[in-house]
Amino acid sequence: MSMTATQAPPAAPSYLTDGFTLRSWLLTTDHKRIAILYLVSITIFFFIGGVAAALMRYNLIVPEGMIGSAETYNRLFTTHGVVMVWFFLVPAIPVTLGNFLVPLMLGARDLAFPKLNLFSWYLFVFAGLVVLYALFAGGVDTGWTFYTPLTTLYSKGHVVAAAAAIIIGGFSTIATGLNFIISIHRLRAPGMTWYKMPVFLWSLYATSVIMVLATPVLAMTLLLLAFERIFHVGVFDPAIGGDPLLFQHLFWFYSHPAVYIMILPGMGVVSEIIPAFSSKQLFGYKFVVWCSVAIAVISFLVWGHHMFVAGTSVYSALVFSILSFMVAVPSAIKVFNWIGTMHKGFIRFDAPMLYALGFIGLFTMGGLTGLFVAALAADVHLTQTYFVVAHFHYVMVGGMVSAYFAGMHFWWPKITGRIYPEMWGRAAAFIIFIGFNLTFFPQFILGYLGMPRRYHSYPADFQVLNVLSSAGASILSLGYLLPLAYLTWSLFYGKRASANPWGATGLEWQTSSPPLTENFLSVPTVTEPPYNYTPQGAVQPNV
Amino acid sequence: MKFWLAQATADAPEVDYLILALVLTSCVILALVFGLILLYSVKYRAGSPIDRGELAKKTWRLEISWTAATLVIFFGLFVWGADLYVRLFRAPSNGLRIYVVGKQWMWKVEHEGGQREINALHIPAGRPIQLVMTSEDVIHDFSVPAFRIKHDVLPGRYESLWFNAVTPGKYHLFCTQLCGTGHAQMVGEIVVMSGPDYQHWLEQNGAGGTLAEQGQTLFMRFGCSGCHGGNGAGGRQAESTVPAPALAGLYGSPVTLADGEIVTADDAYIRDCILIPEKRRVASYPPIMPSFAGQLSEEDVLKLVAYIKSLTPKEQP
Repeated sequence: MSMTATQAPPAAPSYLTDGFTLRSWLLTTDHKRIAILYLVSITIFFFIGGVAAALMRYNLIVPEGMIGSAETYNRLFTTHGVVMVWFFLVPAIPVTLGNFLVPLMLGARDLAFPKLNLFSWYLFVFAGLVVLYALFAGGVDTGWTFYTPLTTLYSKGHVVAAAAAIIIGGFSTIATGLNFIISIHRLRAPGMTWYKMPVFLWSLYATSVIMVLATPVLAMTLLLLAFERIFHVGVFDPAIGGDPLLFQHLFWFYSHPAVYIMILPGMGVVSEIIPAFSSKQLFGYKFVVWCSVAIAVISFLVWGHHMFVAGTSVYSALVFSILSFMVAVPSAIKVFNWIGTMHKGFIRFDAPMLYALGFIGLFTMGGLTGLFVAALAADVHLTQTYFVVAHFHYVMVGGMVSAYFAGMHFWWPKITGRIYPEMWGRAAAFIIFIGFNLTFFPQFILGYLGMPRRYHSYPADFQVLNVLSSAGASILSLGYLLPLAYLTWSLFYGKRASANPWGATGLEWQTSSPPLTENFLSVPTVTEPPYNYTPQGAVQPNV
Repeated sequence: MKFWLAQATADAPEVDYLILALVLTSCVILALVFGLILLYSVKYRAGSPIDRGELAKKTWRLEISWTAATLVIFFGLFVWGADLYVRLFRAPSNGLRIYVVGKQWMWKVEHEGGQREINALHIPAGRPIQLVMTSEDVIHDFSVPAFRIKHDVLPGRYESLWFNAVTPGKYHLFCTQLCGTGHAQMVGEIVVMSGPDYQHWLEQNGAGGTLAEQGQTLFMRFGCSGCHGGNGAGGRQAESTVPAPALAGLYGSPVTLADGEIVTADDAYIRDCILIPEKRRVASYPPIMPSFAGQLSEEDVLKLVAYIKSLTPKEQP
């Protein structure tokens, strides 16, 4: 890339020092400031969802349940699911790292629609307030899946308020997706062809397509649910002429692609980090790129695998089973390419790389256990048990949250202009990896032994494994509190970061840390392929 | 404390072999992934002076190879899982029928002989059991881990599930579909008994007449006999003046509907006729059958179906 790095203190103020009033933050249209607003909001939600999870693990220490009330427990796992899925996992990487980095990586001044970007944050916050009202004023006890007719006619909680919050949050997601798609189409710097884009942008592009196409289906489904609940229009309840399975079809038609909304950006982050810390080009760039696109397409065709025991036909089970195996293929190819990238590299083990390696391991386990529940006869035994809970936590938490932390550490110097304490970063990566496995591995065994999910109390045979899992959860929560502490510390006391502390490629590293409000002093031009790393120690050809 | 799960049906080991194959496949792939990461982390660490040599320029051969290998392995696992599913879930025709009704938050079981149980199911070992399941309210799920089976229990539908338990003993029954506050209390016990023990249990609990006999009482009490005749002979020929179809011999026979469609009169069809008569109306009779929805519980409907099933045509051809 032709632009030279701006190492000297910039003449213009950085985006962080460009205005200190509350108004300059709350009415900003700067994508970087909006990313910070989002970062604060989703961190709050991450810890709300985390506290709910911690209380659940506390309850499950004894067979009869430490928390006396089954109703409270049901509300806890609903809170955990709703908050973590829609207010952390779905937005996490796109609205923070995505918002911050998409214009920088494109070499652009901002996203295509800066005001829409700010509006989507306000929608998100409004949705968040509504969901907090629903969860704390009355509570919802239906699980995040809202299965009918339990939700429409039998549950007493604030289901409609929760559904409204998710619909509003959905519009925020759609706005972000649109903004990314249009920015990537229209705002690429001169010379940045599609195949010169970093994989992170490709991943967010694929993610955005799913966001824009799938989220409206969720909104419609929840509207129908609210209609049935308020006006008793028979849509899903057979007692008034509806079909209970229709809800599941519609819900999973959104919610399975949504799984890929959550994981694709994580794959993008890891695809940036592995080459940077291996000082080597990404192995099989085009394969990784097209795997993201393939995942986005196939993800729309696998929803029926959530319903193998729900009363759908044998033929639909066969079709959805093979399609579910197919969607795992591009993910496997990506894993092989990341490992191929390390081959013959010059590998450094800074915290972002440790989190990224943790991602590969945990995501691979999550993916492999997905094969168990894609195989029909095995799914019949394992579905609706803790096996499924462990499987999707390996993907969503082990995979996605590790990738989120990897990216957060990698771009922290760029975002804040400060270096985080490296040893603490590495220690937290290890603690999270170990705590995670201790928490969720026992749940695979629990699931095989038949322990159902969403049980407030359980037969005494399952206690030892539950205690192990709860013990692991306490280590895991320590692991998650550490970055909160040392990253906050580094904001005030961390060393100042240079423009490109990792020696990474990508336009975002060509501007100062933290970047100027305008991002770049002059429009950068791209002439080289992405990940054009020169092997360290080798003779550099162009010097 | 236990780390292994009883294999109480003849088919449970087959499911376990599939799961074992999946475990082994996963272990091999995990060993490969973790092994290579560890190997490269040591061998190609930044400080390592080892000669890296030339980097591969063309990668597509490798890409095609591991894509093909993944496809082949996945396809093999799909075929194994699907074949087993199709074989195990095709019910034999000679199963002993037992009726299960789920409601918030209990399992109610009705045996053909009129025996009733709550949160328990007594069955003979070595004989195929065919469960016919429905729900009075929300979706439940009938799950028996020791049998490696589960199936959702839906309101407004009859779902079936079969198994052949071979090892006498007591096994957990769980509801595995979130059904409200008392979800975790919706558990029970499956008691698999030897043939003689089962006979003994049936006799001990057999008071109150068979399911069909109980259905006959309901048939009189709810006025079904007024139109359909005392023994289900039908309205036109029998004592009644109201034209209503004959019910004797109906079960399992083809029925022509008002819209020309031909359906088989199975449990679900008869249930619909009682609760939602307008849904699949029989041809050549006026639409005067009232709905009994809200008056009959799901168990009552099961008894009526059992009664109608027991009726055989006498005089008519």
